[in-house]
Amino acid sequence: MSVCTLRIDNRDVAIAAGASVLEAARAAGAAIPTLCHLDGLSPVAACRLCLVELEGSDKLQAACVTAVADGMQVRTDSPRLREIRRSVIELLFTEGNHVCAICVANGHCELQDLAVTVGMDHSRLPYRFPDRHVDLSHPLFGLDHNRCILCSRCVRVCDEVEGAHVWDIGWRGEHCRIIAGLDEPWEAVNACTHCGKCVEVCPTGALFHKADTSEEKQGHPERLQALVHARNHQQWQP
Amino acid sequence: MSGACLRICTAASCRSRGAETLRQRCSALLESANSASATQGVAGRDVTVKGVGCLGPCSEGPLLAVDAAAGGSRLFSLGTNGQAGSAAVIEAAIKAVAADLHTAVADGDGSAVAQWSPPHSRELPADDPFLALQLRRVLAQCGRIDPAEIADALAAGAYRQLQAVLQRNDPAGVIELVRRSGLRGRGGAGYPTGLKWATVAAMPGGEKVVVCNADEGDPGAFMDRTVLEGDPHTLLEGMAIAAHAVGADRGFIYVRAEYPLAIERLRIAIAQAEQHGWLGTAIAGSDFSFHVELRVGAGAYVCGEETALIHSIEGRRGVPRPRPPYPAQRGVFGLPTLINNVETFANIPALLRLGPEAYAPGTKVFSLTGQVRRSGVLEVPMGTPLRTIVETMGGGAPAGRRIKAVQTGGPSGGCVPASALDTPVDYESLQALGTIMGSGGMVVLDDTTNMVDIAAFFMAFSREESCGKCIPCRSGTVQLEMLLRKLLSRQASELDLAQLERLCPVVSEASLCGLGQSAPRPVLSTLRHFRGDYLALLEPTPAAPPQEQNP
Repeated sequence: MSVCTLRIDNRDVAIAAGASVLEAARAAGAAIPTLCHLDGLSPVAACRLCLVELEGSDKLQAACVTAVADGMQVRTDSPRLREIRRSVIELLFTEGNHVCAICVANGHCELQDLAVTVGMDHSRLPYRFPDRHVDLSHPLFGLDHNRCILCSRCVRVCDEVEGAHVWDIGWRGEHCRIIAGLDEPWEAVNACTHCGKCVEVCPTGALFHKADTSEEKQGHPERLQALVHARNHQQWQP
Repeated sequence: MSGACLRICTAASCRSRGAETLRQRCSALLESANSASATQGVAGRDVTVKGVGCLGPCSEGPLLAVDAAAGGSRLFSLGTNGQAGSAAVIEAAIKAVAADLHTAVADGDGSAVAQWSPPHSRELPADDPFLALQLRRVLAQCGRIDPAEIADALAAGAYRQLQAVLQRNDPAGVIELVRRSGLRGRGGAGYPTGLKWATVAAMPGGEKVVVCNADEGDPGAFMDRTVLEGDPHTLLEGMAIAAHAVGADRGFIYVRAEYPLAIERLRIAIAQAEQHGWLGTAIAGSDFSFHVELRVGAGAYVCGEETALIHSIEGRRGVPRPRPPYPAQRGVFGLPTLINNVETFANIPALLRLGPEAYAPGTKVFSLTGQVRRSGVLEVPMGTPLRTIVETMGGGAPAGRRIKAVQTGGPSGGCVPASALDTPVDYESLQALGTIMGSGGMVVLDDTTNMVDIAAFFMAFSREESCGKCIPCRSGTVQLEMLLRKLLSRQASELDLAQLERLCPVVSEASLCGLGQSAPRPVLSTLRHFRGDYLALLEPTPAAPPQEQNP
């Protein structure tokens, strides 16, 4: 197996060729914020939080989909990147209806945590208060579109890991929303196996167990990662 | 020699002014005249009528050209010079023309028609700058041939370059010619075409795909539509030559559903080319096969972005994905794919006919529209000054007004101020001004235009057409449009202007695909050249705002 050496934030890193810059940065201890990315799911480079600067290029690259190369020089933090990351989080907050105090995910929300990380003490852009709905048709779970950030983790986990493809994204632009089946109530989609993987990978309180009340929802991405690891390596005993 | 041919433009613009009715009337009239002379035992009158593609100055339409068999051609405008006529007015005009033509036909053997001038028409002299300053290579046969008749195209030389290429059977040589010509992608980005072809040709694997991007969606752009409607065979020939050069045997034309006439003409052209052995299996007796499929878009502007276009062809949701891998590496169905725009492919036959040295620097087709006296489609040598196109050819702004700016490149482009009209149109010069060459849409704006309004229009377009995959574009374009609307309603302060200038680079630097990355450009370019328009809209900031409503 060949190895690439690169420099990330003035630290030399050696990592297997084919790895992503994000993996290399994490190995080097550089904290790159991510939201749509989740180990175990295919990368889509949609949230743009993991953008990094590459020496010799003016164009920012998403670390999750950029492969490492020998001699690459990566900068994961700069005023420019910080401005983008804060703006992205602000744009996410303003396009949905995120009310932490009454949210099931309060205290365990990746969006909330990132707001703290990027220093978003307030939004410089006006909140849009969109008219969004809640799907409580499923017997076990709920989907609150007000809290959805369209990271598409649920779409990918259901398609790639569970193989059910209950979820997809409907419509376009600001009208995008997660849809079950052909835009049916969740309960009406027979493909759903009630496995709950979508709930476990959801970074916010958009997908939740009906039994949860405020602050009670905890994501469990590690369960997905254990499952993917077990499948990939055929190791079913922990 | 007597006889004449009437060419009536039946492309979208003239068709909307009744040109197709006119063509049908004239055809029927000649047919009855011919059958009458046949029964009387006299020689048939040597007059033909055909519907052709765009003749150029669309604002003068409906357009009609009279070719005398003895040589010489005269172009007539039956239009009301930019004044949109009511259906009744158009109907009356068509009737008058048909009646007069009837008399001309009855008069003689066709020589009368060759001398004929339609009533209420205006002849556009051949030395009219709009016509005389053009260099029609891509559009050489557009407006001359009947796009629904391959025999007409073949007589005009269609597929001759393909035949020569197949006889020489030297794909690398063709790529080298394209490279030497310096041809760059005409879809907007200007990527060197020869390099793109060479990359796809060098990819391993026996199965490759050629895709023609005919998803022309910029507001004010209708160059590709003109080619598709007027001369689809030149495009098909260019695609087949490209396929042979890169080693592909499958092709897709991705055309937007909003171009029904172009789709119809393409369907006819593909079927006829297959019948005549210029597409399909064993083309022209060689072992080269090339099968072209037409794919019709479903109304998403973003599907003009190449990775979204690939997804759409594959039957998936039309959203862009990060590159690399580039389509040349992994394109349609994972195969190495060459994607070029309509005009790029349509350049290829002319390029090979002239040779790379005589061809360079090539031409560019523009669609001139907006607040200009004469609008339409024109093809000029690369590097022609904007002023020549807009003022000399287009006649400048309407009476009593002055040109304020020229918008190029659609929602991905920007505005060139009137002071910079002497800029030659080429990729670098326009980029230096903060806009882009783009695909060729050129919208003239006069001094009644508020540039903030223009920026808001394009931002609303980008907002509407954002696919929603990445946040900076999905949500950033909404916030940018809100800021621009706030300015337009005179409720914005300097802080809002600062916010606008802060958010623009975030959207352009952080968005995933080219559409999001270039969405702020109409704002940035108008801020750069017309900052005064923005400042004039700011509400005066009181020194101490006691009853300020907004935080």
